Amino acid sequence: MATTALLQVQGLAVQAGGVRVQQGLDFEVQRGEVLVVVGPSGCGKSTLLRHLVGLERPAAGRVLLDGHDLHHGDEAALAALRRRFGVMFQAGALWSSMTLGQNLMLPMRLFTALPAAECARRARFKLALVGLQGGFELMPAQLSGGMRKRAALARALALDPELLFLDEPGSGLDPPNAARLDELVLHLRHYLGTTVVMVTHEITSVFAVADRALYLDEHAKTMTALGTPDELLRHGPLAVRQFLQRGAAPAPAGPDRHPRGSA
Amino acid sequence: MIAVAADAGLQPVWQHTGPHWTLTLPAAGPGQRGEPTPLPRDLAAGARVVVDGAPLQAWDAALAAWLFELAEALRQRGAALQTETLPAGLQAVLALAQPTALADNPAPDALRAAALPALPRGRAPSQAAITVAFFGEVLLALGRWLRGRSAMRGADVLQQLDLTGPRSLPIVLLSCALIGLMLAYMGGAQLGRIGAQNFLADVVTVGMVRELAGMMTGIILAGRVGSAFAAQLATMKAGEEIDALRVLGVDPISHLVLPRLLALMGVAPVLITFGAVAGVLAGWPAAVGAYGVTTAEYFNQCLRALSFTHLWIGLFKGMLYVALVALAGCREGLQAGRSAQAVGAATTAAVVKGLLWIVAAACGTTVIFTSLGY
Repeated sequence: MATTALLQVQGLAVQAGGVRVQQGLDFEVQRGEVLVVVGPSGCGKSTLLRHLVGLERPAAGRVLLDGHDLHHGDEAALAALRRRFGVMFQAGALWSSMTLGQNLMLPMRLFTALPAAECARRARFKLALVGLQGGFELMPAQLSGGMRKRAALARALALDPELLFLDEPGSGLDPPNAARLDELVLHLRHYLGTTVVMVTHEITSVFAVADRALYLDEHAKTMTALGTPDELLRHGPLAVRQFLQRGAAPAPAGPDRHPRGSA
Repeated sequence: MIAVAADAGLQPVWQHTGPHWTLTLPAAGPGQRGEPTPLPRDLAAGARVVVDGAPLQAWDAALAAWLFELAEALRQRGAALQTETLPAGLQAVLALAQPTALADNPAPDALRAAALPALPRGRAPSQAAITVAFFGEVLLALGRWLRGRSAMRGADVLQQLDLTGPRSLPIVLLSCALIGLMLAYMGGAQLGRIGAQNFLADVVTVGMVRELAGMMTGIILAGRVGSAFAAQLATMKAGEEIDALRVLGVDPISHLVLPRLLALMGVAPVLITFGAVAGVLAGWPAAVGAYGVTTAEYFNQCLRALSFTHLWIGLFKGMLYVALVALAGCREGLQAGRSAQAVGAATTAAVVKGLLWIVAAACGTTVIFTSLGY
């Protein structure tokens, strides 16, 4: 199975500001899987994500995307790897001086030889996928928080990535909007076959979208559980169960209760 | 039972029975005091102190804080505070303030010490090293651009040209005109003492063209544009926009710094030229009105003083100042932290660095050109 894993993390130690926040991380993400990284605020989830996308150099260990080391190799090889994943940042990180359309088209123009009209057509389609039809000419500052997150998701999809990294997609959104975003992630996985690695502390999201969940413990400074959310809820270590129960108790908060008009 | 402190009704009263103590709180509570509660001297380690809250009529956060401090002091002495007779709400608040550990989790400190090998701490690079590295990266990016292999978008340059150029012109014109006027008065006053008012035009022309138009343009752009660059880039950094570029493999220097630098270098000669003309023109009414130089003499002398050397030195210096302003702004923006406060700090630092670099460059170039005989 090891050869088919899309993302392999081996003995990874991550640091932020010179402080080692997590270490001994070993896990794999299979193609088509939704892996959710959970843990309390400050346990190093977002830092781990910054390492997984190659923004930070690991203190130890490797990150392999389809068998290629993400932190070693010549610039051309790294550029080829970067093309294969999309990242949605916590605050959206849309380039504020460009319209949504330009935000989506910039990666396409940088990495593909598509003509401008084709880029625009694809950008409009991606915006429609996330429910932002007609948002092509809008500036990021004109959007609400939920729209900004969806636009960021659309930009992460610009290059049709095999792998999507999402940093706290539901944070700062009201529950229906957060649920809508979760549902959107599931749709994308279903229709586009995208593999998803998602960082969150919203437990409702974990149960809504995760195939497997990875728990990072803030005290042990390493992963203490990896499995399906139900497994972790029933048989995980106490800290993990306590963490998950907070969200699982008021149970019926599934995304199905908020049907989307368009899909 | 032996009472240690009397003054009942105002002070808490300590009483002890064998090694254990009772602390009776006055009806109005112990009140607010800056001083921590003095513990009885003969309170031994292992003692239990029961707080008698029966006389209490009401309690507030101040009492909770007072009791919390008392409990800490007792814990250090090896004694324990028992709060069973206190009002239930107060007990709950005090319990909440106690440090607790999750039953299942091992003590965090022990684990941290066991699991985490000490990380070798490299020395953080100095500010000067960051500046040198930044200048180097900009030079490399410029090299890529000259070889036509840059990710820079032409549209960005045009946008920055529009933002920085035309809108800076009025204030550059105004400040240069005022400087020209001032030069004329200063020059006139000094030259008039030796009867050399006719050379007033030389002072204004050479001063404006060679030194001051460029410097004023640099100063205005440091305040108007350098700060804006820093604020834009720092905000982009705080909003993870720079990370979003880096994830795509886009070099922020090529994509963000280069367009700003090139745009500012593009507008600089225009602004400097207009500024110099404004300064010379502003000196004219002063020369005519205050020092009796005729209009024809003034402009004739201006043209005679204006040599090609002054022109290119003035433009060179001005371009250098403006480049430094752009670099200072971009450097501070890209080096900023990830918070709103950091954006403000970066903006301030950009202006201060920009001005400092301008003055240093002005001094350096003046010494060099003068000693080279230009």
